[in-house]
Amino acid sequence: MSNTLTQLTIAQARDGLSNGDFSATELTQSCMDTYGAARKLNIYITETPELALEQAAASDARRAKGEALGSMDGIPIAMKDLFCTDGIQSTAGSHILEGFVPQYESTISQNLKDAGSVMLGKSNMDEFAMGSATTTSYYGNTVNPWQAASGPDAGKDLAPGGSSGGSASAVAARMCLGATGTDTGGSIRQPASFTGIVGLKPTYGRCSRWGCVAFASSLDQAGPMTRTVRDAAIMLGAMAGHDVKDSTSTPIETPDFEAVIDQGVKGLRVGIPKEYTAEGMPEEITSLWQRGAGWLREAGAEIVDVSLPHTKYALPTYYIVAPAEASSNLARYDGVRYGLRVEGNSLDEMYMNTRAEGFGEEVQRRVLIGTYVLSAGYYDAYYLQAQKVRTRIAEDFTKVFEDVDVLLTPTAPSPAFTLDAKMDPVTMYLNDIFTVPASLAGLPGISVPAGLSQHGLPLGLQLIAKPYDELTMLRTAEVIERFAGFDLPVFSGREA
Amino acid sequence: MSYRIVGETGEWEVVVGLEVHAQVTSESKLFSGASTEFGGEPNSHVSLVDAAMPGMLPVINEHCIEQAVRTGLGLKAKVNLYSVFARKNYFYADLPQGYQISQFEFPIIGAGTVILDMPDGTTRNIGIERLHLEQDAGKSMHDQDPRRTFVDLNRSGVALMEIVSDPDMRSPEEAGIYVRKIRSIVRYLGTCDGNMEQGSMRADVNVSVRKPGDTELRTRCEIKNVNSVRFIMHAIEVEAQRQVEVWESGGQVEQQTRLFDPVKGETRAMRSKEFAHDYRYFPDPDLLPVKFNQEYVDGIAATLPELPDEKKQRYMADYNLSAYDAEVLVVDRETGGYFETVLGRGDKGKTRDAKLAANWVISNLFGALKAESKTITQSPVSADQLGQLLDLISDNTISGKIAKTVFEEMIATGKEPADIVAEKGLKQITDTGAIEAAVDDVIANSPEQVAQYQGGNEKIAGWFVGQVMKATQGKANPGMVNKLLKEKLSG
Repeated sequence: MSNTLTQLTIAQARDGLSNGDFSATELTQSCMDTYGAARKLNIYITETPELALEQAAASDARRAKGEALGSMDGIPIAMKDLFCTDGIQSTAGSHILEGFVPQYESTISQNLKDAGSVMLGKSNMDEFAMGSATTTSYYGNTVNPWQAASGPDAGKDLAPGGSSGGSASAVAARMCLGATGTDTGGSIRQPASFTGIVGLKPTYGRCSRWGCVAFASSLDQAGPMTRTVRDAAIMLGAMAGHDVKDSTSTPIETPDFEAVIDQGVKGLRVGIPKEYTAEGMPEEITSLWQRGAGWLREAGAEIVDVSLPHTKYALPTYYIVAPAEASSNLARYDGVRYGLRVEGNSLDEMYMNTRAEGFGEEVQRRVLIGTYVLSAGYYDAYYLQAQKVRTRIAEDFTKVFEDVDVLLTPTAPSPAFTLDAKMDPVTMYLNDIFTVPASLAGLPGISVPAGLSQHGLPLGLQLIAKPYDELTMLRTAEVIERFAGFDLPVFSGREA
Repeated sequence: MSYRIVGETGEWEVVVGLEVHAQVTSESKLFSGASTEFGGEPNSHVSLVDAAMPGMLPVINEHCIEQAVRTGLGLKAKVNLYSVFARKNYFYADLPQGYQISQFEFPIIGAGTVILDMPDGTTRNIGIERLHLEQDAGKSMHDQDPRRTFVDLNRSGVALMEIVSDPDMRSPEEAGIYVRKIRSIVRYLGTCDGNMEQGSMRADVNVSVRKPGDTELRTRCEIKNVNSVRFIMHAIEVEAQRQVEVWESGGQVEQQTRLFDPVKGETRAMRSKEFAHDYRYFPDPDLLPVKFNQEYVDGIAATLPELPDEKKQRYMADYNLSAYDAEVLVVDRETGGYFETVLGRGDKGKTRDAKLAANWVISNLFGALKAESKTITQSPVSADQLGQLLDLISDNTISGKIAKTVFEEMIATGKEPADIVAEKGLKQITDTGAIEAAVDDVIANSPEQVAQYQGGNEKIAGWFVGQVMKATQGKANPGMVNKLLKEKLSG
């Protein structure tokens, strides 16, 4: 029973629950059993089994009374540990927040709660969402359920990508039906590509940031990670919405995303930006990209070659803007009010001891970079210049979207790499090369699993749409999904 | 006339600029719904945002924006339709976010002017560089425990307006008048209560000195957080003196942040330039730029009360008051309102005698209030009652002198003036027969003085008046007494 239940998509489970084929409690239990058999993947920082069963029982009770809440009612999900959850430890993957139990619920997790979903636990992530492999977590790295079938990495443990690696692995390994992620420069889309699932970053402002631990405020955006495009549409519908507590959340209606996804791409103009290639990018990714374009053409879309000339500046721009904001956002972790405190002989010494011990290497690196680029004498050359370039990048998109409806690109320049891969920070940053431009422009993006690498690892294609046009993006993604016929394997449990 | 410090090398001029921090009158904080009430238990007015809990976001309190615009209009300043909140980054235990949300490059209010009324009747224009909104920090309490410091976040996030002047002031006195004028304006506007004792208004004082006639400014020092007009003036005095001594002894004044110690009457260095913070200002990505249109500003402008400068001009033009009297009466909205009620403005289209009303408010009422340590809103004598008292003088029911007795009784008891006059039988004697009898009596009993008067000593007439008044317990109409005495003594 349990194994078959976890195979279900959110849409299928919704129907099964509604038909009374099984209960939310059974569905939840089967997800927990699946994780129980594969603890080695290190999905959760905090598991919440009692809460999950309680929520599942409440869902069943609602349904029994004919008061089911909607598509997400009774659906077990994983919650990225960046979202603050009332009464449940919320760490952002950091030692400095170890033991921190918020007395408030983030808007996103509250929205999902209000929709009746069941929270299984707080999923692992790169510390403060800074990383592309979920290796910077203080709570150990998460393992990708995929393994290469051949090649030099065959049989080795792979990174799930990051920063939302716990959520990505959980969805791929069928330990939950969906998961929340957050995406600052690619933290939903890249791990989705690495684990063969769908990852959607909405338009900046679509989902509230309130109660979500801030990394880079002008970029952070929550989104769903699911096994199908339809599921992403369903889950996004439950997450999105204007929130007066977040001034950057857009006062805009949340459409019925699911309603349109079958509409196809006939008549759509799909842009192929020529700048989306990277040095050393495997040929298989380029050919997958071409294959994707072919599918869309076959489905009736018009494929148009376009140019986004400032693309090459996106990565350096991102690595100025994001650390700058982070250096300021992370100043509150000072040992004074909550979280870790390491005493010292003076206030300054306490700050230094606390932050030296509480923050990992990557976080410290970015705080340093961010502090540097905002410093007197460097501000104009770095931060201000980056803001100007950011505007140029956004203008590139605006211009291109006068001509096309949606853009198709690869999600990441490589498939998943091994956990022990030695990578200098800059090489690691290159993982985000195709995802950061849309982040900088605040545009919605989605990664859809589209095929396998020569060694049998999943590869995603990315679609980028106009602001608030997730509908067109989802329609197009559904076509890619349909043509790709991507088959997510059932992973055998890997016990601890 | 000008304020000068006389040093060994001659005279020095003082140059002062002020940054006044005025707490915005508002129920809740600048970016959270927590109360701004003064005097709560420590940490009782703290929201999740004020405590900088993870994931918390600021939301602009629109009322504070309106208050800043109102203040800008009151300062005759440019209102910027586009402004930006920026983060000022530094670490301190009572700054939970690790940054203060302030405005840097794009403040909500630009250049303006404040007119100072100098004691000699002249005016001085002081430039306002800008006004920006910012959050207050919390309070570190070092005196609660021998080893530890406690933090109270009640003030954390409270909205402040920082009003930055140009370096246009040239004496401690001007600085004092400037602060009082700013306080008067914000109180008129209802945008800040101006209570310096409660910390709702305080100033950072920038001081430098130079030789009279010099056009270049010398290095300045900033004296932080001075919280009374008296201290501001005193701090300028001692700091300027210190700088003169540094220059004259061949030294260099170093750009520093200093603290004023009112007990010792000196300023002390807090930190010098090389230890100055690099605040790493950048636009707060949690907040959108503040944008509004001219209609919004015009809407606020339409609700602005008459401000002290205009009121003063009106009092001088319409009521013929002296500049001094007018200035004293417009010091705050309540005093102006009181005075105008005493005048009976608009009442049956006729007003009472303005000069008389001004004198009574300024000399008698202010004196009595001062003696009782009361403010004008706590006055035991209402403006209506004082008006009635003036009527009793004007219609000759009582003399001005008796009126003072009645007024004292009013202050003491709060009774109506007419009742006091009736109860105490203070009604003026205007019956010619009764006064004549008293006059005759005094003349008959004072042959010596009569002889002196008739011998040419007219000054002694006053003595006769006094005697008659004494005989009538002050109730005789002084005009009639004078007239009768003159007739009888000359006759």
